[in-house]
Amino acid sequence: MTCASTIQPGIRAIHDRKSNIANMPLKEKVCPTIDAAVADIPDGATIMFGGFGGAGFPNNLIQGLARQGARNLGVISNNCGTGEGELGILFKNKQIRSVVAAFPGPGAKYFQEQFDAGEIVLELVPQGILCERMRAHGAGIPAFFSPVGVGTEIGRGKEEREIRGKRYILEQALGADYAFIRAQRADHMGNLIYRKAARNFNPIMATAAKFTIVEVEEIVATGQLDPETIVTPSIFVDRIVQAPGKRYV
Amino acid sequence: MSKSRLTREQIAERAAMELPDGVYVNLGWGIPNLIAAYVPSNISVYFHSENGILGMGPRAKTGEEDFDLVDAMKVPVTLLPGGAYFSQDDAHVMTRGGHLDICILGGLQVSERGDLANWRVPGAKGAGGIGGAMDISVGAQKLIVTMEHTAKDGLPKIVKTCTYPLTAIECVDTIITDLAVIDVTAEGLVLREVAPGFTPAEVQAVTEPKLRHAANVPEMPLKLR
Repeated sequence: MTCASTIQPGIRAIHDRKSNIANMPLKEKVCPTIDAAVADIPDGATIMFGGFGGAGFPNNLIQGLARQGARNLGVISNNCGTGEGELGILFKNKQIRSVVAAFPGPGAKYFQEQFDAGEIVLELVPQGILCERMRAHGAGIPAFFSPVGVGTEIGRGKEEREIRGKRYILEQALGADYAFIRAQRADHMGNLIYRKAARNFNPIMATAAKFTIVEVEEIVATGQLDPETIVTPSIFVDRIVQAPGKRYV
Repeated sequence: MSKSRLTREQIAERAAMELPDGVYVNLGWGIPNLIAAYVPSNISVYFHSENGILGMGPRAKTGEEDFDLVDAMKVPVTLLPGGAYFSQDDAHVMTRGGHLDICILGGLQVSERGDLANWRVPGAKGAGGIGGAMDISVGAQKLIVTMEHTAKDGLPKIVKTCTYPLTAIECVDTIITDLAVIDVTAEGLVLREVAPGFTPAEVQAVTEPKLRHAANVPEMPLKLR
């Protein structure tokens, strides 16, 4: 089974909309199953994964990607799994070649084993800078000056500049092919709301990837979400799949 | 009077006295995580968590946990009236942007000019992890470090120059340990208080840089015994 929406690197669907806007049907973003939602992820893809502290992880999509088997993945995530939970299963399956993370975590057993063995490349990034690099990419800003990491090993090798008497380092924007995120509720267009601290990295990643896949607890009819409460507008979402609140802890 | 170094709880009690009414505060891992319990009941302090919570309340009661409402240590917590949820980037707009009044972090080493090392022990196994500590250290209006005064091997943790990987440079304002309260000033470290029963000379003996102090240094006004 496949999904109607597919990735169009670089251009998304903007060109189509401009050329054929009058009679273009509304793009169907809702995908029938988790497995269909991840079926076309290629080997070597770069993927952002939302989630922090056990909350807001797209665990159903992660399990789907483990079944699908894509390999040589570049991963961007705050941490690197807890045992087999969260991203742990993808490390256990040796599907990941490189990681950008703020706190791989003491529970990231499979990541740590492969890191110690020199099988995985890690870029360690301060948590707020991980956010801001993705936010910048999503906002069309290629790089920015930051005070975080000045004088530490994070600043090593980076361009440094004094601005109004303070030292800053140049940080590069961070994008990816895909974002796998979790939200509480979507409408059929892909407008999203989140629940409590399960929001965390999910809205940022939705803006920073070429193609965003969201698993949600509930899909409602378009127009049913209060526009004042929508956190991620539909323009940032490409594929939606219903995933009841099962947790893989 | 017995003369023993402070417990972790007593360090937390002393650190809580540094919080004025109405401040927005982030507490790090370790001793800082104990501090909320010692905030006097007659003042209001608003706790920030870098995963997107402001107005965080106490730990959730057993049976009432909501695993979508956890703090930065994965512990299920609660939200107080007036609290808010937001994304991780907004949480760090608050840290890096200088919006938090006081942040309290644990420490491995603090230098005499206020450099902080708190994320990695040299030679430790594994990849390590930075988390939010660098963003918080750089942005806090006032940064307090709570830690034991000396390492397990007895060596000073307050040093002339940090030898551990740095979290941020020239960021620490006050150090609260099991022996002393020390302020980092432009003129160097100033010993403000000593643990009950200890003398400035005894604190100086386990502190690498020179401590300045008044003729009489008061003892910490602790209630915990």
